[in-house]
Amino acid sequence: MSAAPLLTAEALHKSFGPTPALDGASIEVAAGEVVAVMGPSGSGKSTLLHCLAGIVRPDAGTVRYAGRDLTAADDVELSALRRGEFGFVFQFGQLVPELSCAENVALPLRLDGCSRRDAERRARNWLERLEVADLAGKTPGQVSGGQGQRVAVARALATEPRVLFADEPTGALDSLNGEHVMRLLSEAARDSGAAVVLVTHEPRVAAWSDREVVVRDGRTTATAPLTA
Amino acid sequence: MSIAKTFLGLLEGGPRHGYDLKRSYDERFGHDRPLAYGQVYATLSRLLRNGLVEVDGIEPGGGPERKRYAITDAGVADVDVWLGQPERPEPYLQSTLYSKVVLALLTGRSANEVLDVQRAAHLQLMRELTRRKKAGDLADQLVCDHALFHLEADLRWLELTAARLDQLRGEVVA
Repeated sequence: MSAAPLLTAEALHKSFGPTPALDGASIEVAAGEVVAVMGPSGSGKSTLLHCLAGIVRPDAGTVRYAGRDLTAADDVELSALRRGEFGFVFQFGQLVPELSCAENVALPLRLDGCSRRDAERRARNWLERLEVADLAGKTPGQVSGGQGQRVAVARALATEPRVLFADEPTGALDSLNGEHVMRLLSEAARDSGAAVVLVTHEPRVAAWSDREVVVRDGRTTATAPLTA
Repeated sequence: MSIAKTFLGLLEGGPRHGYDLKRSYDERFGHDRPLAYGQVYATLSRLLRNGLVEVDGIEPGGGPERKRYAITDAGVADVDVWLGQPERPEPYLQSTLYSKVVLALLTGRSANEVLDVQRAAHLQLMRELTRRKKAGDLADQLVCDHALFHLEADLRWLELTAARLDQLRGEVVA
């Protein structure tokens, strides 16, 4: 890896009931790097993402973010980290249906203490960058799946996170919309310097990453970063 | 697909006559295109000349079909190198990849590693095409998309094979 890792997981173990979801998984992610986490259904890739993001605590192993041991952090610290330094994009169901698209994007900024006016201005900027500025006043129910995902990406990046976690962000979209979302997501993340942990089972989505880490039976098989 | 490498992989299980090699090759990898005897003995002569196989015994009667061939240490090393290298990613390479997976299983090597190396090579090419597509015009994008969809089909086959390795091992090793 060319740069010092921003996020590291070492020998993670996590079980839900008798079946291990993670069985010694390790990963390193450098600042500004896009890493695809691939593997078949049930291989443990989403559990790995949840452990990296401090959503799930591993049974054993360590997660380090910018030198901090997340496995030793309490819930308040983890919550602050997820709100301030991490962004999230999931497959669907992440926008608040009662709020407009602009209000959805402004929401994490408001929670972070931003004034209403500043939050609205920044939200509109992000909607513009994701090419959905015209949807600002619409609710999520009034936009298409692809448009909704672009709003979700805008919301995830609005707080300028250092790590963006994306779990099957194009899983519910057709090829063309999926590609549009990935192009905008990868460009916006690169422009803002965010690292991206991208969980996907789709090779064409993984092709937007710098390298891939394959999860199989809860263990990881890493490949070297590309030099090109 | 390399007949010579496949013969070497088959010989790792023990010395064989040319006829046995042909029969085993046709059964496992022939896909309705059996090898000609001339091809079998020409391949074995080349392997012999290159020190990758040796004659393990000759049965009375003479003739090439009476020789029993064994793989040498150099031959085993040659199989190692071959299985460890990805095939050049291009559409319709499944038959070579399938042979590599089967030979890895037959010789006790990691078939998962064969698939991992190939996945990495495919994804690297897919990244290059994605970068080219981003910078290109619509014609470029469509040309790259065509290649990307074919490569993706290979990878879907690869993942399906990875998920069925235990089953395949049971069938080919039995």
